[in-house]
Amino acid sequence: MPDLGISVLFRGINFQRLLLGLWVTLRIALITIGVSLVLGLLFGLLMLRKNRLSRGFCRLWLEIVRFMPQLVLLYLVYFGFARLFGWNLDGELSAVLVFSFWGTAEMGDLFRGALTSIPKHQRESAAALGLTRAQINRYILLPQTARRLLPQAINLSTRIIKTTALVKMINVTEVLKVGQQIIGQYYREPAAAFWVYAAVFLLYFLICWPISLLAGWLEKRYQDGPAAGAA
Amino acid sequence: MEPILRVKEIQKSFDGTGVLRGVSLEIHEGEVIVIIGPSGCGKSTLLRCINGLEKIDGGEIWLRDQKISGLEKDLHLVRQKIGMVFQSYDLFPHMKVMDNLLLGPTKALKRPPEEVRAEAMEMLKRVGLGDRADALPRTLSGGQKQRVALVRAMLMHPQLLLLDEITAALDPEMVSEVLNVVIDLAEQGMTMAIVTHEMRFAEAVADRVLFMEQGVIAEEGTPEEFFREPRTERARRFLQSFTYASARKLGKRPLGSGEQREEAET
Repeated sequence: MPDLGISVLFRGINFQRLLLGLWVTLRIALITIGVSLVLGLLFGLLMLRKNRLSRGFCRLWLEIVRFMPQLVLLYLVYFGFARLFGWNLDGELSAVLVFSFWGTAEMGDLFRGALTSIPKHQRESAAALGLTRAQINRYILLPQTARRLLPQAINLSTRIIKTTALVKMINVTEVLKVGQQIIGQYYREPAAAFWVYAAVFLLYFLICWPISLLAGWLEKRYQDGPAAGAA
Repeated sequence: MEPILRVKEIQKSFDGTGVLRGVSLEIHEGEVIVIIGPSGCGKSTLLRCINGLEKIDGGEIWLRDQKISGLEKDLHLVRQKIGMVFQSYDLFPHMKVMDNLLLGPTKALKRPPEEVRAEAMEMLKRVGLGDRADALPRTLSGGQKQRVALVRAMLMHPQLLLLDEITAALDPEMVSEVLNVVIDLAEQGMTMAIVTHEMRFAEAVADRVLFMEQGVIAEEGTPEEFFREPRTERARRFLQSFTYASARKLGKRPLGSGEQREEAET
């Protein structure tokens, strides 16, 4: 049987190297998701403040994040900061900074949306029961916000994981970069490129697919039904 | 006897428009008052002001010997004594029926859950929902939801219950199952202030009818007086809007006002 090139994956420690690269990918993604979750909640609360200054500030942040390609931001922080301020930021740190800057704004907007989508009757009927403001938050608003937010937050997480592929552009050796290194070593076997990229694809897929399934399942499970709003 | 609730000359405006323009009323223990009037007359706002969901701009509200208008910090303590049910289905969708019922008594009043649970079960059975304790609100019909909302309010043992158009969002066939529960509560001696558009129900349940228009109480009387012979022209016109007449069936007019009948005969 002719060697189709797939054996490249299992030669030497190639497969372990890919897994190690995947770990770098996940490490960046996980730290980013954690930071975005915490700061995103603060960002969301800031967006809900009546103060026009804080709302304007959030609006601006969110717009920048939405219009600016992540790659440009990465270059700006990794190369730009080095030139301008003489900060030689580590690639991984730059990546976490840029992705968290993005994730915080997106997560904050999701949080704000989830909280404001709860009908005001919910707060009022809880107040009418004589619950304190803290009790209303704890038993009524927070659980419902979490249920609305969770599926969307998970979807954002898969987007963050996928976007980490960009960090190879600032010399972080994550899974895609490792793959390219392997391909480089086996330049005499053209089929190697296909199998290595396929393996990288599969690794992303195996991580993101179950997460996405989870989001869909949660969404269905937490649906309150159309009657919740009332006609 | 001293009234449970005294509302003195209260004023409320939204964006400069006067919604309540000097409303006064008293409710005595065991009394059921029904407030009717055209949309926008201020009747819902009146109820919302009584339990502090809206702040009043002038006047005073007293619950027995406590002035409750203008309270900030202890508003929740007042609301524990005044129950309220709204038009929309406001059960908490993430909690089972029983958890909806337990929340107020156990968290606000700190009563032991087991004791409340037994009482809640008893009341659920009474309104015909004994088998739905573990159901999620979204699986209930609109009428069932409102019955649960009534039980939830009653479990707080309120001194006064406010009902704000609680059947307005329901399909017609579900209205009576909810209103029968209210009539049952009235017969048990519950003190209530009810805003409704269901005139027959109002006539059946009210001790006193208040007719509101343009932010004031335009007329007040027993249901017999009010529905048979309203004294003001405005009330008469309002009541007429609930009757229909077709020229095809002249002579078979529904119960309208005297004037209208005279006109038809000439």
